[in-house]
Amino acid sequence: MSTSAETVGRKFNIDTVENAAKTPDTELPWAELGLKQNEFDEVVKVLGRRPTGAELAMYSVMWSEHCSYKSSKNHLRQFGEKVTDEMKKDMLVGIGENAGVTNLGDGWAVTFKIESHNSPSFVEPYQGAATGIGGIVRDIISMGARPVAVMDPLRFGAIDHPDTARVMHGAVAGIGGYGNSLGLPNIGGEMVFDSVYQGNPLVNALAVGVMRHEDIRLANASGKGNKVVLFGARTGGDGIGGASVLASESFDDTKPSKRPAVQVGDPFAEKVLIECCLELFKGSLVEGIQDLGAAGISCATSELASNGDGGMQVELTSVLLRDPTLTPGEILMSESQERMMAVVTPENIAAFEAVMDKWAVEYSWLGEVTDTGRLIITWEGEVIVDVDPRTVAHDGPVYDRPYARPEWQDSVQADPFTGSVQDAGRPAAPAELAAAVTELIASPNMCSKDWITNQYDRYVGGNTALAFPDDAGVVRVDEETGLGVALATDANGRYTYLDPYHGAQLALAEAYRNVATSGAVPMAVSDCLNFGSPEDPDVMWQLAEAIRGLSDACMVLGIPVTGGNVSLYNQTGTTPIHPSPVVAVLGKLDDVARRTPSGWREDGQAIYLLGTTAAELDGSEWANMRGHLGGLPPKVDLAAERALGEILINASRDGMVDSAHDLSEGGLAAALVESSLRYGVGARIALQDVMDRDGVDLFTALFSETQGRAVVGVPRSEEVRFTDMCTARGFAHTRIGVVDAASGQLEINGVDTLSLAALREAHEATLPKYFD
Amino acid sequence: MTELPLIGEAIAVAAHDSGVRKLTGAKIGVVTFPGTLDDRDAARAVRLAGGTAVPLWHADSALGDVDAVVIPGGFSYGDYLRAGAIARFAPLMSKIIDAANSDAKLPVLGICNGFQILTESHLLPGSMIKNDHLKFMCRDQVLRVENSNTAWTLDYEAGQEITVPLKNQDGQYIADEKVLDALEAEGRVVFRYVGFNPNGSRRDIAGISNAAGNVVGLMPHPEHAVEAGFGPSSLDGVGGSDTDGLGFFTSVLNKIVGGAK
Repeated sequence: MSTSAETVGRKFNIDTVENAAKTPDTELPWAELGLKQNEFDEVVKVLGRRPTGAELAMYSVMWSEHCSYKSSKNHLRQFGEKVTDEMKKDMLVGIGENAGVTNLGDGWAVTFKIESHNSPSFVEPYQGAATGIGGIVRDIISMGARPVAVMDPLRFGAIDHPDTARVMHGAVAGIGGYGNSLGLPNIGGEMVFDSVYQGNPLVNALAVGVMRHEDIRLANASGKGNKVVLFGARTGGDGIGGASVLASESFDDTKPSKRPAVQVGDPFAEKVLIECCLELFKGSLVEGIQDLGAAGISCATSELASNGDGGMQVELTSVLLRDPTLTPGEILMSESQERMMAVVTPENIAAFEAVMDKWAVEYSWLGEVTDTGRLIITWEGEVIVDVDPRTVAHDGPVYDRPYARPEWQDSVQADPFTGSVQDAGRPAAPAELAAAVTELIASPNMCSKDWITNQYDRYVGGNTALAFPDDAGVVRVDEETGLGVALATDANGRYTYLDPYHGAQLALAEAYRNVATSGAVPMAVSDCLNFGSPEDPDVMWQLAEAIRGLSDACMVLGIPVTGGNVSLYNQTGTTPIHPSPVVAVLGKLDDVARRTPSGWREDGQAIYLLGTTAAELDGSEWANMRGHLGGLPPKVDLAAERALGEILINASRDGMVDSAHDLSEGGLAAALVESSLRYGVGARIALQDVMDRDGVDLFTALFSETQGRAVVGVPRSEEVRFTDMCTARGFAHTRIGVVDAASGQLEINGVDTLSLAALREAHEATLPKYFD
Repeated sequence: MTELPLIGEAIAVAAHDSGVRKLTGAKIGVVTFPGTLDDRDAARAVRLAGGTAVPLWHADSALGDVDAVVIPGGFSYGDYLRAGAIARFAPLMSKIIDAANSDAKLPVLGICNGFQILTESHLLPGSMIKNDHLKFMCRDQVLRVENSNTAWTLDYEAGQEITVPLKNQDGQYIADEKVLDALEAEGRVVFRYVGFNPNGSRRDIAGISNAAGNVVGLMPHPEHAVEAGFGPSSLDGVGGSDTDGLGFFTSVLNKIVGGAK
């Protein structure tokens, strides 16, 4: 099964290197492949001749925004530069590999990464979302890890827009259909509805995997004479030019349908690929490995070769095809899913083939590692690519795109919610406040996401200790010790629109806080930076500010960015999405048995509010419900976040809290309702002390989105110890109530009593109403 | 240990219920197809119940020395055709079918995809079609144990209600009226959905047995309700226990070693 019979006898008019040298004036379709004039000129300069058709295909995809980060690279450097020793301490593999790797201790390592699959998910929601999961999972496998969980932050258009249902049904079914078939629990994510995402939904996917230190694998092809093998699914015509055409350009109505650029997934093939790769790693049968994602074979060959110590020679007709009519350029660009490329020593060939045969995975030997420093690709022996692989994989164009603070930014910031037209009739009476709380928790962004998460398997693997709707997902890594990881993803496009620098920091702060509320120690960050066109100076400024803000905040919190992805051109016509840096934070729990859920259960436990409350309603869910977006987002106080995190982690470790819920979108009102509904256990709350201390009214106490706060349930026996700890650390804490298990209601002084049954009904009815 | 074991390798996990008898002599085979997903969970359930899990591979031509078999959930060979339709032809399945029908009446439990495979194999009557609401559904499901005399339900009381996770796309149990009447009359409806029928199954049937009671299939997942901290009570706050599913595995182990109910 080592070569493909059907490739024999296929004849194309092959554009060889020799031919290219002889015919410098041949017109090439570089513009259609997404290259700009200056980029094409650069290719010619690098090669010293015009590229062949196959070379052009490779450069066009590898130099695309999606693969080369050409617009963001200059800014992304900050993630590597603003790094302290504290941040490096546990980093085993940093940015640049398929995914970063963090030391968990006891010989365990964890790798995680978040990526976007936005454009394909708009064009074809089911396959776009499905293959988003598939791609990120292969990144995790490529590091030598067993994937153990996935998460998916989603942002769609207005909930009542007719097209939103199309995207919602397709994307959720795709994530479920693919993820559920892989045996990976889906432990969390986000769902935000906003009309800014109408023509450009965000479908991000996160995967996390674990491995022993000795199993870490890197993507490089070294050792002359080692063999290069492609295995997994066959190469077809799907996803050709996906990276260059789809992900690097904005949509408009004048171009033909881009459906052929979307890949189609086969989750069974991926599941088998996972198991077969793990068996390869166990037997140490591969020297280097790389998944095939964006830019397919172009990316895998050039990255493996350029990261190795020599070159690579590959015979392209050896690639097993689904469609025998594919041209060399198409084969190089195809983004067919569920494929991996590996480098195998000659002595391991037989053992490698045995593993493939056991799992009935197809493979073909394409060529070998050389010492020439060149990547040579032949077609029936004729050279069609002869390049320095670095020029393809790493030396793409880098742009210092012009950016400037948008002219409109000042006027947006000068328009606070308080006192605005939309603020008229602010609820104050007990009945009005009760109605406001109910309206909030039934609103599209705050309602129960069960309709979505019930389509995902959260149990498979038997290691899920917390999952949505808890603040963070928690998965056990080691059954003997209980060692585990916690993960949360967050972003607030509205905050980031109001102030990109601080908005990005708020996303990080929230994810950090969510991980800490579960009791886990935050360790690492992965980010998916979803923005509009970098060619728009306004957007470029948002991106630059967000990266600067994020990298600065990582320094203060002491956790490094270990990987991620940038998704640009997320806009419809000239209207960009809200800048949406989705931040994932990973934390560590020495024993997942100690993790803290987000709801209270025990009658009589004391409920404490940690942190202070200011009047911060700009960009809030409440303002959003009233149709207002202006002013300044809540203040960032990273020192307070760190202090709060330490309190939550210590409290979890020492059994001082039984529940903890962070305060973020929807403020205290949302946190109180969610903590009550989590296990269907009510509470009696009085906020007078908070209002007196912080000088806010009841509405503000309930709906403000001041950061650095959490609500915790404290066992009576631990109250003194807990408050002593908060006092010793100088952190504001107020006893605001008590768990009341028998009442079946949430009673807040000054607010008409809310029955949990009615709250649940309101909370859970929203998504079914629109999508069933 | 270089990675989480796929299946079988015994891990020293303390049984959470100190009352569970040590039955490590009893061997329960756990079948892995290429697309099986819950095999490690099933093996863990066997271990937590006190038994020894033995990995079985779909392509094996011999069943080996096992006292019972669990066919876990997943997507056998991808199940792009009707779920389990190809898996019934696996070399190992023919051995399992023979052993289940033999005088020795090998206890066989099919969970989710395993149940689908058992109906396709004609060890159990009826079939599964797509859920009536057409979506994948993951939820914690209350079941009533209707028959506590099968090999896999001896440790339950008839009429007992248990909570275990349910997660499937093709979980709607169907059979013609005659078959359903016969199942009811013979006491072969082993589990019924209580409070909510999650997939449109006929007569709220969640699981059934063969006439001899050694072969049981059900859509919900008892192997996901065997360990404190990782079951429905901890994850979703429903039911009073994380371990309602453990009884499946203690039942068969007790039966194998001749333990009294």
